Amino acid sequence: MVASAAVRLFGMWASPAVRRVEWALKLKGIEYEYIEEDLSNKSSSLLEFNPINKQVPVLVHNGNPIVESLVILEYIDETWKDNPILPVDPLERSKARFWATFVDVKCREESRKAFFMEGEEKEKAIENLQVQLKALDEELEGKKFFSGDHIGYTDLAVGWMAFWLGVGEEAAGFKANYDLKFPNFSRWMKDFLAEPVIKDNLPPREKTVEFFRSFKQLGSCTKVNQK
Amino acid sequence: MAAERGEVKLIGGWASPFVARPRIALNLKGVAYEMFQETVGKKSELLLKSNPVYKKIPVLIHNGKPICESAIIVEYIDETWSSDGASILPSDPYDRAIARFWTVYVDDKIPDAIRKLRPLVKGSAVAEVEAEKLHAALQLLEEAFEKCSKGKSFFGGDNIGYLDIALGSQLAWIKAVEKIVEIKFLDKEKIPGLVAWSERFYAHEAVKEVMPEADRLVEFTRMLLSGSFAK
Repeated sequence: MVASAAVRLFGMWASPAVRRVEWALKLKGIEYEYIEEDLSNKSSSLLEFNPINKQVPVLVHNGNPIVESLVILEYIDETWKDNPILPVDPLERSKARFWATFVDVKCREESRKAFFMEGEEKEKAIENLQVQLKALDEELEGKKFFSGDHIGYTDLAVGWMAFWLGVGEEAAGFKANYDLKFPNFSRWMKDFLAEPVIKDNLPPREKTVEFFRSFKQLGSCTKVNQK
Repeated sequence: MAAERGEVKLIGGWASPFVARPRIALNLKGVAYEMFQETVGKKSELLLKSNPVYKKIPVLIHNGKPICESAIIVEYIDETWSSDGASILPSDPYDRAIARFWTVYVDDKIPDAIRKLRPLVKGSAVAEVEAEKLHAALQLLEEAFEKCSKGKSFFGGDNIGYLDIALGSQLAWIKAVEKIVEIKFLDKEKIPGLVAWSERFYAHEAVKEVMPEADRLVEFTRMLLSGSFAK
């Protein structure tokens, strides 16, 4: 067991990628120091630890920085072996990673477009998002969580959608209609948010909606400053 | 101790750098496989059935079970045939995180640069702009190589590893766009470490037969742009 190891997390309160790392740390019972970053005025520490992307989250363990939230999750699982979040079997691991990257690359892309764009482009993005939600809905058939009876890596990876999709919808005025069309996914969202580690580790909803509302007003299709 | 292989199939295409990745990984592990070449512009029933979400190559089918996404397939190969050949991922969790981080970086920058450069002509203003981005990415990867290789032959040390495969698989297309826009990217003056590494990579037993010739890719581009592969 890695006792009294210095674990630090650089983050931003509204960021889903940062919460994803916090959920993993809390599930594993790992003590860490959290450093809130003002992304409009980044600290010299953040820039030193992540000169390439200059983004949050950054996990620093024993002075070594790890960047990219899904990479951080795998690092956490490999370093602290209690309460594993990834399955043992290689095929199951490949499926877990598949859905994680699907959500991180594809769903995030369409959600971002639905959020920032208007008119026809917005409609097209919502349509694409619904095709993606259908795939996730089918994957959940017969399962409480993506990882089975308990939340795991895939749930943590998809988890941003349980909270931030609704936030984005409210802030940008669109509806992906998952409660009507995707019953498994809708049920999963509620179950995921009810998990103690998750419930106690979400940003305040109203404040987050406000944040994203003003973020949208800043305009342009720039990438959100987090990964 | 030879692991029981089972039935190993790979759906792919000769021109795809992403398909090259599992091919190299399987070669490193000494695992024989049956190759199913997709016809450009027309997706097979097998592909659509095996990868309904993305409908893209590569897909590894092991004992009837499909595994999709090239980087994920490489990890699967490493974990499944863990007692065959050297380990593809490093053993230390921090080194693994570094290898995975740079692989994400490669996938974020290189394919996009290639896609943007290959339809352009020598001397175009857009080519200059896109070339700058690729130069910058390769410069960072040069520094990464210094750190990861620790003086040895590959990012993975003495053996080809995960990041070698991730970046190395893109070399054929980098060489192809060099010919198309007539800009040197694998420049010994600017990125000597990477250039020497690329030669070692190409010469490796597991890689030699997998990488397509740059001229063939230039011809492929010409056909792609002229609509010869239209469905």
